[in-house]
Amino acid sequence: MPQVPAENASTAVPGAGRHDGATAWWGKLHGLGPVIGLVLLCIAGTLLNSNFATYDNVMNVLTRTAFIGIIAVGMCFVIISGGIDLSVGSMAALIAGSVILFMNAMAPLLGSPMAAVVVGMLLAVVLGAVFGLVHGLLITKGRIEPFIVTLGTLGIFRAYLTYFSNGGAITLENDLSDIYSPVYYANLLGVPIPVWIFLLVALVGGVILNRTAYGRYVQAIGSNEQVAQYAAVDVHKIKILTYMLLGVCVGIATLLYVPRLGSASPTTGLLWELEAIAAVIVGGTVLKGGAGSITGTVVGAILLSVISNILNLTSIISVYLNAAVQGFVIIAVAFMQRGRR
Amino acid sequence: MSVAVEFRNVTKEFGPVRVLHGVGFALLPGRVYDLLGENGAGKSTLMKILAGYESPTTGEVVVDGAVRAPGGGSRAAEAQGIVLIHQEFNLADDLTIAQNVFLGHEIKRGPFLDDKAMREKTRAALAQVGLPLDPDTRVRKLIVAEKQLVEIARALARNARLLIMDEPTATLTPGETERLFALMAELKTAGVTIIYISHKLDEVERTTDEVVVMRDGLLVAREPTASVTRRQMANLMVGRELADLFPPKLPAPAGGEPAIKVRGLTVPGWAEDVSFDVRRGEILGFAGLVGAGRTELFEGLLGLRLRSAGTVELAGKPVNLKSPRDAARHGLTYLSEDRKGKGLHVHFSLRPNLTLMALERYAKPWLNPAAEQAALRDAVQEFGIRTGSLEVRASSLSGGNQQKLALAKVLHPGPSVVVLDEPTRGVDVGAKREIYHLVQRLAEQGLAVVVISSELMELIGLCHRVAVMRAGRLQTTLQEPNLTEEELIAHATGTR
Repeated sequence: MPQVPAENASTAVPGAGRHDGATAWWGKLHGLGPVIGLVLLCIAGTLLNSNFATYDNVMNVLTRTAFIGIIAVGMCFVIISGGIDLSVGSMAALIAGSVILFMNAMAPLLGSPMAAVVVGMLLAVVLGAVFGLVHGLLITKGRIEPFIVTLGTLGIFRAYLTYFSNGGAITLENDLSDIYSPVYYANLLGVPIPVWIFLLVALVGGVILNRTAYGRYVQAIGSNEQVAQYAAVDVHKIKILTYMLLGVCVGIATLLYVPRLGSASPTTGLLWELEAIAAVIVGGTVLKGGAGSITGTVVGAILLSVISNILNLTSIISVYLNAAVQGFVIIAVAFMQRGRR
Repeated sequence: MSVAVEFRNVTKEFGPVRVLHGVGFALLPGRVYDLLGENGAGKSTLMKILAGYESPTTGEVVVDGAVRAPGGGSRAAEAQGIVLIHQEFNLADDLTIAQNVFLGHEIKRGPFLDDKAMREKTRAALAQVGLPLDPDTRVRKLIVAEKQLVEIARALARNARLLIMDEPTATLTPGETERLFALMAELKTAGVTIIYISHKLDEVERTTDEVVVMRDGLLVAREPTASVTRRQMANLMVGRELADLFPPKLPAPAGGEPAIKVRGLTVPGWAEDVSFDVRRGEILGFAGLVGAGRTELFEGLLGLRLRSAGTVELAGKPVNLKSPRDAARHGLTYLSEDRKGKGLHVHFSLRPNLTLMALERYAKPWLNPAAEQAALRDAVQEFGIRTGSLEVRASSLSGGNQQKLALAKVLHPGPSVVVLDEPTRGVDVGAKREIYHLVQRLAEQGLAVVVISSELMELIGLCHRVAVMRAGRLQTTLQEPNLTEEELIAHATGTR
């Protein structure tokens, strides 16, 4: 049937081309929102304080972003798949405590502090994957809402850390700490190790999301789970993998975080879940899933830590209001995203 | 209790796209009109304007001699007695029938809801549409046909004087359709004007007084139904001579191992002890009323529902399918009847929709967008998917083109057996014809094809054999010369 549908036939209306161009331009601008926000913030920061645009400060901000940023990359997958994980902060704390206890105990047994640190770092990743697996199984096979499952483990993880630490701090022994500290403090080509790892995780995350079948399935499930299931996607397997991926990201973030202070306490990783979810949302990913961007998430994470950095450097708004400012940003971003789908 | 409506030079633009180009006609009260036109002809937009969901860009709607003020929305239209019954129902599943019927128009006593009065009025409206249900039943528990009747009851409870029904029989079985027609005749005698939108020309012929045909946003014809034949209606709609709807039937393949062999399949609560074979190159139809268990039988076959008994063989090998993924791996794919809910990712663009079921082919291990794009170009050609650009979202395609995309998607993995559940639901005549020819081509290429359909003409025109199900049991399998509408209905309703 060679007939052209009316929709197409009428694109010949005068001015239509211009209008389409404007729409496309506006659409692109919308996608660039977080980047524009970040640029404006950086300009403001530079104008407000001469220390802002220094190399040291930039590296400082990026290093602090690394933990949340790495977790946010994993969170981005979970949110795109239509899920959520509220437990990441508690999970990071429990992994940190467990890894420190493990390293302290293993160093004399293995006879080599170096070996203990390396195995301990591996343990962080494995623990993250195992916690993610448990989440995934409860959510898929157990058919419990992700919100409920991870709300439960949020409490459980932190309670166990508090129990292991007797309410105080678990501290890495000094010789181990000396061996481990370069993981956080060392530089490569003038850029701190955590920033390199953050970059690597983001790149790998971007490739997985956009260039693998798994990434496509994650988006398909988040957009419409039933359609994905009917289209022969193994929904359970993909979801479980997604929570495991986030767990691995939490493990990586934690193994970078531990050498910073060399200890874990009941306040370790407090509210990280909030910051990671905020980074994803500020980056333009919609909470109900289906589509999202790793680049946006990275920009979102940096944007949030630039805000707190500017508050630290200037005295316009009290540092104590940091979380409030971030909260306002999240709500403002969500407001602007209304009706995009 | 009747209402006269007139459109005066109504135009409507959505952004740069003009969908109505100045439509003007008047409708007399107490008559049944059919509004005919292909998808995209502008009939839905015109009806949304009449029911107040959209306002015209220029022109006006005149109701009972008075020009309707703009901006009143659907409530203002409802106050005038004009109610649109949506193709996709506007019912809240978790509320009861009575709560739905009075949603937004609750009867109150002081500050409190008067549940008793609403229940009584709902009971009366339900009786009027012939639905003997308790007003306290939750809508979730109703089948599609019952929801349809609840929508009509809701309109009646709000004193509707003009009812717009958009493809009301698309999801109804012949028996339910008959009941709806009887109800329409009753409403007509009571002075209600009915505008009936349907692609089923045989129904139009039987139920309406006048046919109003739209094409490309214009009124092209208006005739008393009795004076035009079905063929003339179809030609008016498409704007040219419509070649035969169905391709000439090929002889059924003789002999050979069945591509799929099902024995004693039982899906608890839905299908019991169902056995059938389909050979390569054969088209097997499944007829039955809504609720006969046809869709559920195949969902059970795919592992989407529990199976309690039965065996399945694909190409002679016994298989135990646990999921659609499993089935696809064994060369069996399924096109769902629910295009938006289970068939397509409407928010995705065309490319990821097309390749989703065969993504392994493009991931080695990195996805190859260029190869995917080439596959999309081929599919658009092969399946005749009409779209301005390849980059649009699936939701922006018309119903017929969405369906062709959904078909391309389930065929993309290269199955040897394909199950098509209502392959032409909500699709215009032109696209139907293309889909019928496509199904025929699949059989020619040696696929075993199963077509589940509620349109008897479709099954008769397309299939070599038709299996008839009733209440979960396979009643009989008909083939020429017994493959007639009467036989199918008799077996489907158990009047034989």
